[in-house]
Amino acid sequence: MSTPLLEVRDLRTWFPVRGGVLLSARAQCKAVDGVSLSVWPGETVGLVGESGCGKSTLGKSIVRLVKPTGGQVLFNGTDLASLSARRLKPFRREVQMIFQDPADSLNSRHTVGSMLEEPFLIHGIGEPASRREKALELLRIVGLPPAAIDRFPFEFSGGQRQRIGIARAIALNPKLIICDEPVSALDASIQSQILNLLLDLQERLKLSYLFIAHDLAVVKHVSDRIAIMYLGHVVESGDGEEVYRRPRHPYTRALISAIPQPVPRRQRYRQVLSGEVPSPIDPPPGCPFQTRCPHVQPVCREQLPALREVGGVGPAAHAVACHFDL
Amino acid sequence: MTSTATNSQPARGEVLLDVQDLAVEFDTEAGRARAVDGVSFSVRAGQTLGIVGESGCGKSVTALSILRLLPQPMGRIVAGRILFRGQDLVAADQETLHKVRTGQIGMIFQEPMTALNPVHRIGKQLSEAIMLHRQVSARTALEQSVELLNRVGIPSPEVRVGEFPHQLSGGMRQRVVIAMALACRPALVIADEPTTALDVTIQAQILELMRALQDEMGMSIILITHDLGVIAETCEDVLVMYAGRIAEVGSVEDIFHRPSHPYTRGLLESIPRLEYPRKSRLSTIEGMVPALMDLPAGCRFNNRCPHRSERCTLEAPALEAVVGGHRVSCHHRDRLPAWSEPTA
Repeated sequence: MSTPLLEVRDLRTWFPVRGGVLLSARAQCKAVDGVSLSVWPGETVGLVGESGCGKSTLGKSIVRLVKPTGGQVLFNGTDLASLSARRLKPFRREVQMIFQDPADSLNSRHTVGSMLEEPFLIHGIGEPASRREKALELLRIVGLPPAAIDRFPFEFSGGQRQRIGIARAIALNPKLIICDEPVSALDASIQSQILNLLLDLQERLKLSYLFIAHDLAVVKHVSDRIAIMYLGHVVESGDGEEVYRRPRHPYTRALISAIPQPVPRRQRYRQVLSGEVPSPIDPPPGCPFQTRCPHVQPVCREQLPALREVGGVGPAAHAVACHFDL
Repeated sequence: MTSTATNSQPARGEVLLDVQDLAVEFDTEAGRARAVDGVSFSVRAGQTLGIVGESGCGKSVTALSILRLLPQPMGRIVAGRILFRGQDLVAADQETLHKVRTGQIGMIFQEPMTALNPVHRIGKQLSEAIMLHRQVSARTALEQSVELLNRVGIPSPEVRVGEFPHQLSGGMRQRVVIAMALACRPALVIADEPTTALDVTIQAQILELMRALQDEMGMSIILITHDLGVIAETCEDVLVMYAGRIAEVGSVEDIFHRPSHPYTRGLLESIPRLEYPRKSRLSTIEGMVPALMDLPAGCRFNNRCPHRSERCTLEAPALEAVVGGHRVSCHHRDRLPAWSEPTA
């Protein structure tokens, strides 16, 4: 437990915005712009932010579905960001991903069995019979009937399809799973089933998760540590309970106060943020949050605040990227 | 054309909309599906009624039925009455419906892009809504559009009227849709998942806006959502639907502090709350929502209910009063264990 399983260092993923007659890059969309975070063995790190904050791009950059522009993705000490596709292959077994909408991420023309056997085929593991055996075992682990093996994705409900997505992700005994909004497309009664399944699998298989979602209540529930993203930057990170109880960044505070609570007519102070998230193509100078921050000062318009530790020690230290102590 | 009565608000507390025993059927490839079955509720003037339930429970179909906007020819109302200010909209002719839709009931949809015409400027679309029920010149209508946009908190509205929907962000588009729904100063606004597609900080802005507009204009709101948090913070009365029927109805306090249907309880217990200890196992509702073509006999929740008895599989429970306006359809409503609120 002395080294993190995953260590992301100053990761940048920029997309060229093309235009004009020759489709030259006219600008850069800085989806992820200097993010550092780590995931330790057996731990869940939650990544929260609103649409367009770069959280999904960060997830995809880690598994190399997108090639990062700069920075490092150290997995057990190896930098995945710079590896060639061939040298990356063994690491693809170790780092898996679960997507938001299993209807999009499952091939509708393949049976569940063939989808679950495919990872073994790609990595040249086992014989046809043993692969089918393995697929049946995976179905059992995620709570689906054996009969599911010869059926097609459309024959299943959203929750069951997410179970198939999870079965495929755990097929090769990965160490780390990037969960990108795994429950946000599901109804409340199904969402809790899937969250429980993810928690059980983590215990049984000693998995680490990077859990990406927009719903702070969900993220806080499953995570040990959380990081809040805004416009391509991590603005606050730390122990989940600590960040929720004592948020230090004005954006985190606004985000927490905006969540509707299932408690009727509660009289409470709500800080409604004015304005909207700026475009990552043309981010404001200085602090990314300065255009909406109720405490903005001249320095915020000039200087990007670094993520600095404000409490705690070690990996669980509470860090905030704000010029001020609120 | 427009009588003054159209724009006057009824007295607060008076019944504005009374839905009685509504049933809606759809023709599907697999046969005829009853999406809404025997749903009754009423909305008082100035009040916000929340309708909550999971996908396929019939909450949106109920809303569309009120405005007679069911997809044609597949969907139709097969029974029931929808009394709006005493007039039955189920039996109403097209002319009456047109008046109601353009002047008395406004609708806000989940995805504003589908409610706005992508090839017309914002100002033109808003002016059109205004001119439908007010005899004003195009110029005056455009001026009123600017005022409306200003009222819903859109910065530089005089510039925005000249723009197309795609030039606005999701939150701004939803504000335009709200402005359009309010253009005729309706007595009732039906909002179907109005903030589901929006980020939580933008959702807070939109809910705040709807609340302020309600205070100012006194309209009633039917808010349809799957989010119990949104319901708790905005509604006075709540209707919980399951598989096309009403499971429970009551004041927001009844539903959240004294839930008396196993389904309502299951929903309240299954949502992760910020106060829960991390990684604790959430309580779940076993199984999944049944398909409309394959509903269990008796109580539709019986195959997922922890309190099921034989009677539940044979006989559908009626919606019966617990106390006051709190009504529940469960055979075991008096024998459920005491409810403890799931806050740690």
